[in-house]
Amino acid sequence: MKKPLYGTILGGVLGIFDGLTALASAPETAPQIMSIVLGSTFKGLLAGFLIGYFARKVKSLPLGIVFGLFVGFLLAAGVVWMNVASGQPGYYWQILLPGSLVGLIVGYATQRHAELAPQR
Amino acid sequence: MTVPSSPPGLSDDALRRLRDAAELPEPDPSRYLVLERIGRGGMGAVYRARDVLLKRDVALKVLHVGADGGDVAARLTQEARTLARLEHPGIVPVHDVGVLADGRPFYTMKLVQGHPLDDVVRGRPQADLLRLFSRICEPMAFAHSRGVVHRDVKPQNVMVGEFGEVLVLDWGVSKWASARDAHDAALPAAAAGIDTGAGAVVGTRGYMAPEQARGDSANVDSRADVYSLGMLLTHMLSLSSTRGMPRPLSAILRKATSVEPAARYADAEALAKDVLRLLAAERVQAHRENFLEQTLRLYRRHRTLVLLVAAYLLVRLILLLWQANTAPGG
Repeated sequence: MKKPLYGTILGGVLGIFDGLTALASAPETAPQIMSIVLGSTFKGLLAGFLIGYFARKVKSLPLGIVFGLFVGFLLAAGVVWMNVASGQPGYYWQILLPGSLVGLIVGYATQRHAELAPQR
Repeated sequence: MTVPSSPPGLSDDALRRLRDAAELPEPDPSRYLVLERIGRGGMGAVYRARDVLLKRDVALKVLHVGADGGDVAARLTQEARTLARLEHPGIVPVHDVGVLADGRPFYTMKLVQGHPLDDVVRGRPQADLLRLFSRICEPMAFAHSRGVVHRDVKPQNVMVGEFGEVLVLDWGVSKWASARDAHDAALPAAAAGIDTGAGAVVGTRGYMAPEQARGDSANVDSRADVYSLGMLLTHMLSLSSTRGMPRPLSAILRKATSVEPAARYADAEALAKDVLRLLAAERVQAHRENFLEQTLRLYRRHRTLVLLVAAYLLVRLILLLWQANTAPGG
C-alpha cells in the first residue's frame, strides 16, 4: 500500500474516533456530533494524506514525526480558530493535544510503513 | 610419485611431512606457484597458490596422489563446472581448470579469507543467527533455482568473510536435480551421474537427509538440502547466547527436518522466507498460531504504534478526568 493511502486511511480512522470522543469530553456538543465527526474525519483524512505524502518524499523517522506533529497541530488549531470565530468555546486542550498526537501517530506509522516493491 | 606407507625408522611426523612434500602439486611454474596447504579432504587438498600472471593469491584444489582417477577426477571436474555455472556472491568463483604434469586434474578459485561458521556464531543472540542463516540460504536458493543440490551442507562448509559475507563451500558432491539440467550445463553424462546411482551414500552423518543416508540418490533433491539446512540451523542455535526457542522457530526446524521430504520446505528459498517472516514478526508458514500468539506477535510487530495509540487514549482519559474535576459542581 502506498504511504499517502496508508496515511489517509489511518488518519481517517483516528479522525472518526477523535470526533466521537467529543461525546465524552463535551457532552453538550451531542446535537452537533454528526458534523463534528464529519469535520474530524475530514481533518484526519487531510492530515493523513499530507503526512503520508511527506513520508513518501522524505525517508526520516524524526522528520516524519515532527512533520506529523506540526500538521496535526496546525489543523487542530484551525478547528479551534473556527470555534472561536463562530462564538463557541475554543476547547483548546481538548482539540489541540489529541489532534497533535494523531498527527504524531500518523507521522510515525507512515515512516515505518513499507511500500511493497513492484513485482519483478 | 609414490610414498611407502610405513618405511622403517621414520617418525609419524617425518612421514607426514614427506607425504605432504610428495603430494605438493607442481603446476606450470610460469602460471602458479604453490605456497602452502590450507585444507585437506577425502578427495583432495586445497593449496594457497600465487597466480604469477595476474599477481594474486588463489586457492588451488587438486586430487590426492594415488586417488582413483576415474570417478574422483570426474567429480573434481564436475565441481569446477558446477561452480562455474553458479555465479553468485555466496559461491566461490572458479578462475581456471587444468591438468598437472602427473595427470591429476586441478582447478583454481578465489582464495576465501574468512572465519569458520562456528567461530562466528558462538555466543551470538538468536536473532543475529537467524539473519545469518537466511544469508546462508541465499546461495543455496540460487543453486536450487538452477537445479543443483549441494548434498553436503554442514558448518564446516560455510565460511563468513571479513565483511560478513557468507560463502557456501565444497560443491564436490553436488548433484544436478535432473538429467536435463546437467545437459543444459553441457556436462558430460558421466559427470552428471557421479555417485547418483542407487546405493551411493554421499554427505555427512548428522546433517544428511534420511533418503540421502539410505543411498536413495534418485529421490535426493533440493529438499535434502533443506533437511541439512535445518540441521545446520539447529547446530547454530545450540551455540547461541539466547536460551529457549519460540514455538514458531521450533515449528520451522521441525518442518525443515521432517523425515518425509514431502513435508519439508520445497527448497532453501521457501525455508529462508519463513525464517525472515519470523524475524519480521509475521506469521510463519510452518506454525498455526492460536489467538494469544497472534495477538502477541502483532503487538511485537507494531509495538511502537500500539504504545503511541495507548498514549493517545491516555491523553484522552486525562483530559476527561481533568474536565470532570474542573467542571462546575464537579
